[in-house]
Amino acid sequence: MPTVTDILATMDYGPAPEAAGEVEGWLKARGSFGHFIDGAFTKPGESFDVANPATGGHLAKVAQGSGADVEAAVRAARAALPGWSKLTGHERARWLYAIARHIQKRERFLAVLETLDNGKPIRETRDIDVPLVARHFYHHAGWAEMLEEEFPGAKPVGVCGQIIPWNFPLLMLAWKIAPALAAGNTVVLKPAEYTPLTALAFAEICAEIGLPKGVVNIVTGDGSTGAALVASKVDKIAFTGSTEVGRTIRKVTAGTGKKLTLELGGKSPFVVFADADIDAAVEGVVDAIWFNQGQVCCAGSRILVQEAAAESFTRKLKARLCKLRVGDPLDKSTDIGAIVDPIQLTRIRDLVAQGEAEGAVLHQADCQMPTRGCYFAPGFFTNVAPANIVSEVEIFGPVATLTTFRTPDEALELANNTRYGLAASIWSENINLALDIAASVKAGVVWVNSTNIFDAGAGFGGYRESGFGREGGREGMGEYLSLPMPKARPEAVALPLDAAPVPGQPAKGAAPIDRTAKLYVGGAQKRPDGGYSYAVMGKAGELGLAGLGNRKDIRNAVEAAHKAAGWGKATGHNRAQVLYYIAENLAAREAEFAARLKSAGAADPAGEVAAAIRRAFYYAAQADKFDGAVHSTKSAHVTLAMPEAFGVMGIACPNDAPLLGFVSLVLPAIAMGNRVVAIPSQTMPLAATDLYQVFDTSDLPGGVVNIVTGVRDELARTLAQHDDVAAMWYCGSAEGAAMVEAESTGNLKVTWTLANRNWRAAEGQGRAFLLRATQVKNIWIPYGE
Amino acid sequence: MQGHVGQSIPNNGRNPGVPLQADWFDTVAVNTAAAERRAATLTTRRTVKKAWQAAWLVNALRCIDLTTLAGDDTEDRVRRLCAKARRPLADHIMAGLGLDAVHTGGICVYPTMVSTAAKALAGSGIPVVSVATGFPAGLMPLPLRLAEIRYAVEEGADEIDIVITRAHVLDGNWSALYDEIAAMREACGQAHLKAILATGDLKTLRNVYKAAMVAMQAGADFIKTSTGKEGVNATLPVSLVMVRALRDYGERTGARIGFKPAGGIRTAKEAIAWQILMKEELGDAWLRPDLFRLGASSMLADIERQLDHHVTGRYAASSRHALA
Repeated sequence: MPTVTDILATMDYGPAPEAAGEVEGWLKARGSFGHFIDGAFTKPGESFDVANPATGGHLAKVAQGSGADVEAAVRAARAALPGWSKLTGHERARWLYAIARHIQKRERFLAVLETLDNGKPIRETRDIDVPLVARHFYHHAGWAEMLEEEFPGAKPVGVCGQIIPWNFPLLMLAWKIAPALAAGNTVVLKPAEYTPLTALAFAEICAEIGLPKGVVNIVTGDGSTGAALVASKVDKIAFTGSTEVGRTIRKVTAGTGKKLTLELGGKSPFVVFADADIDAAVEGVVDAIWFNQGQVCCAGSRILVQEAAAESFTRKLKARLCKLRVGDPLDKSTDIGAIVDPIQLTRIRDLVAQGEAEGAVLHQADCQMPTRGCYFAPGFFTNVAPANIVSEVEIFGPVATLTTFRTPDEALELANNTRYGLAASIWSENINLALDIAASVKAGVVWVNSTNIFDAGAGFGGYRESGFGREGGREGMGEYLSLPMPKARPEAVALPLDAAPVPGQPAKGAAPIDRTAKLYVGGAQKRPDGGYSYAVMGKAGELGLAGLGNRKDIRNAVEAAHKAAGWGKATGHNRAQVLYYIAENLAAREAEFAARLKSAGAADPAGEVAAAIRRAFYYAAQADKFDGAVHSTKSAHVTLAMPEAFGVMGIACPNDAPLLGFVSLVLPAIAMGNRVVAIPSQTMPLAATDLYQVFDTSDLPGGVVNIVTGVRDELARTLAQHDDVAAMWYCGSAEGAAMVEAESTGNLKVTWTLANRNWRAAEGQGRAFLLRATQVKNIWIPYGE
Repeated sequence: MQGHVGQSIPNNGRNPGVPLQADWFDTVAVNTAAAERRAATLTTRRTVKKAWQAAWLVNALRCIDLTTLAGDDTEDRVRRLCAKARRPLADHIMAGLGLDAVHTGGICVYPTMVSTAAKALAGSGIPVVSVATGFPAGLMPLPLRLAEIRYAVEEGADEIDIVITRAHVLDGNWSALYDEIAAMREACGQAHLKAILATGDLKTLRNVYKAAMVAMQAGADFIKTSTGKEGVNATLPVSLVMVRALRDYGERTGARIGFKPAGGIRTAKEAIAWQILMKEELGDAWLRPDLFRLGASSMLADIERQLDHHVTGRYAASSRHALA
C-alpha cells in the first residue's frame, strides 16, 4: 500500500473497486439456476457454466433449455395470456410500476451482477444500463395505463418469444419485456448464453412482487434453445442480435404469420465536419466505439472526418485514447472492461489482424493491460480502404476505422456505403448541414453532436440489414399490438398464362384500333424484355394482350425507380397535388375505366372506379399530414421521430379488384415518397396498364410508378430477392406470401404480406397502409448555449 | 524530502505571449451540450478512494489560493489566514498522513493587505496573491488599474489576479482586450499574471474560449474562471472549455499556462472533481501548484474534516480544527 507521500508524487488514481460481496453471496446461495417457467424455477437439468470474463472465474451453472423446456414455457405463457390481457391497462400499469420500483431498489445489486457476468465497467451498468432499465419499465407502465385511449381497438399480439443478446443483457430484457407486458402480451424470453444472470435475477424480482405466473417466462440456453423458441407456437418473435441469425429467423418464420421484429448489426457512421467542436467529437468517439468495449450494435464504428479537420482530430483522438483505462470492470475508474467471452475476443483479434494484413494501420492505446481475463486494447484504424474487411464487417470490439472525406456529398456517400443502417452520429456546429445529413443518411437513429443516447420515449431500430421494427416510445408499442385483421377474401385463382396466340373471337366491344399494353418503366411504355405477351381474358373472351414481364424487366424497373429519387424529396404538398391530379384525370375517364372493368366481369365497375378516385383523394390528403412526432426524452434535447419513405418498394397486387386493389396499394406508397415497382393483377392487368395515360397526364414524374405485368409470383420473387428494393408488399396467396418473406432475407427488406380484402370497405385504406409505407427515423438534437 | 510535500514550487517558464491572432479563436466551435456531458461524466468515470483520496485532498490543499476578499477584511484577519496557510492541518492529521510539512498554494488578498500577508508568510515560500485592476468589476480607468498592479507588486505580491473588461468580450473587441491585458502583464513585472475571465458574465462557452485565448496571447500566466462575485462562478463545463483553450495554446506555442477555478468551490468532493479534470484533459503536470490553483476559502475546512476522518475513522467536527 503506497503512502500518501508516494501517491502525492505520482498522483495516480489507485484502485476503487465496487464491492461484489452481496452478489457473490447470492450466486453462491443459488449455485445453479433452472428456468423460470409459470412463476417458479424449474429443477436444473443439463446445465452450462457461466463465467466472469474479467477473471475467467466461475459464476454459476445455468440450465440448457431443451425443446420441451421451451414448449413448457410457451404453454405457461399461453395459459397466462387470457388473464393478463384482460386486466385493465391500469392494473397492468401497477405491475410494471412495481417492477420499475423493484429494479430501482435493487439497482446496485443488478449493476454489480451485470458487470460480473458481462465484463462491462461498473460505471456503465450503474449509470447507464440499470437506470435505463428502470426508466423503460416506468415509461411502459404509462403506456399500459393509456393503452385504450392511445391505441383504440388494438389487441395484444399474444405470446411473444424474445431473444436477446449479451451486450446489454438486462437493458435488452427491459426493451423486450416492458412493451410486451404493457400491451397485454405474455412472454418467453431467452437471454444470451454468455449473460443469463441478470435475467434470472429479474425472474426473482417477478416472483418477489408476485407477478401473475406465466406472464414472464425465462428459458436459458444457447442458440439451439433460441431456435426452439423461434419454431415454437408463439405469435411474435422479437430478436436482437447478429444479422446472420436475424436472417435465419426471417427465413424460418416466413409464412408462419408470426409477427417479427429484428434489431441487428450495424456499422454506423460517425461523421465529423470541419466546423464541429473537435474536442466534443473526440469525446463522442469515447462514448461511441469505446463504450461497452465496442460491443454495441449502434456504435459509431466508422469515423468519417472532413479533410480540413482530419489532422487535429486524429491527433486529439490519439491523445484521448491514451487516457483510457482498461481493466477490472468492477473498478469505478475503469473505462474499458472485459470482452464478454474468449470466443468474442478471438473474433476481434482475427478481424483486427486481417484488417492490418489488408493494409490498415492500427493505433492502439498504449495502456496497462490486465494480465488475465478477456481484454482488448481500444484503438482505431487509419489508411483503411473501403474494401478492407474492417470497413465492412462489424468488429464488435473497441476498434473504429477512420476515413477522411472532402465534401458533405462525399460524407453522405461514404456514410451510406454499407449494408447496415442502424445509427449515425453527425458532428457539426452548422445546424443546416447537420440536419441535411441527418435527413439523408440511411439510419434509424441519428444523433447530432452526440452519440449513443437512449431513452424509453424514443424509438430505436434500423434501416436496411440492421433489421426492422422499433423499440421504445409509441413506435415500439405498435410492435406489440395488433389491430383487428380484415376478413381475408380468397382471391380469384389465376389460370396458367399462355404466351401463344389465342385463336378465337375477340371480345365484344373491343377497341376498333388495337391497343397494346406494354410495361411502364421510367415513365415510358416499354416492350417486355422477353418479347412475349399474354392474353387477358374477360367474361366474353380475349380483352387484349399484356406484356409478359421477366426478371430483367424487374431489374430495369427497379433502376428506373431509383432514378426518380427526387420524388422522395418533394414536399407532401407537391405529392398531394399529383395525387389530386390523378384523381381528376381518372374522373375524366371514369366511363372508360368502368367499361374496362365491366368487360372483365367486375360486379360494380362504376363503384370501383369511384372508390379509386376517392382513394386518390384520401392519400392526397394524407401526403402532407401523416407526419412524425417530437418525443419527450431527455432535457435539452429535441428528439424528432420522422416517418421516412423506404425509397424503392415492390408491390404485388391482388388479382381481385384490378383497379382498386392496385390503387389502394400503390397510392399510399407513393404518397409517402416511395417509388414503386408494381405487379398488377395477373388476371386483369389492363385496369392498371390503362393508368399509364392517367399518370402521364397527371405530372407524375417518370419512374415513381413502374408497372411490370406477367406472372405475379415469379415477378414478386425477383422483387423479393432484389437487394436494392427496401420494402415489399405482397397481396395474394398464402404460398406467395411465404415465398416473399423467405426470399426477402438477402437484404432483410421489410415485408408486408396482406390479405386480399374488401377493397371498397374501410379496411381498404387508412393509416395502417401509411405506417407500412414508412420507417421511422429518430433524430436526436441536444441544444444549449 | 520524504514527507515534505508542500514546499514552494517555483513558477518557472513565464508565458511570453504572442501577437494577437484572432484566427486562433474567431471560428472556434464549442458545443455546450457536449461540454456539459463531458463535464458531467468526468467524476463518474474517475474516483479516488482511501489513501488515494487522502493524497488527492492533500494535493488540493497545496494548490489552494486561500482567499479572503471581503469588505471587512482586517490585518488581523489576514494574519490569521496566513497562519492557516502555513499550517493548514491539525498535527494529528499530519501525523496520521505521515506528512511533516504542507502548506497552501498561496494566499489571496486585496492590494492593501499584501504587505501584511507578505510579512506573515515570510520564509514560508507561500506566494502572496493580490487581486488588482479594480477587482471585481474592473471598471476603473486603465491607468488606475495599472497603478494598482504596480502598488500590489511593490507591496510584495508574487502573483496578480487581474480582472478583464467584460465589455471587450461582449463587444468582440479583441484588440482592446489584448492591449489591456498586455499592459497589465507589463505592469506586473516579475509577478505572475492570472487573468480572471469572470465567465459568469461572458455567458457563452465560445466567449469563454475566445477570452481565454486572447488573455494567453497577451501573456497571462494563468487563466482563472471567476472573481467569486459573479452570479455564476466556477463550473466544470466552463473549466473544461478553458483548459481546452489552454491546451490548444500550449500546442501552438509550447507555453504551459496555469488554470485556476475560483468562486463557489466549497467541498472536498469538488476539489477532487477539478483535479480529475486537470489530470484527464491536461496531465499530471497540471496537478501541481505552479500550474493549478483552486481559489477557495471554506473548502479548506471541508478538506481538513475529510482528512481527519481518513486518519481517525471518526467523522470530524470543525470546532476542533483551527479556523482559517
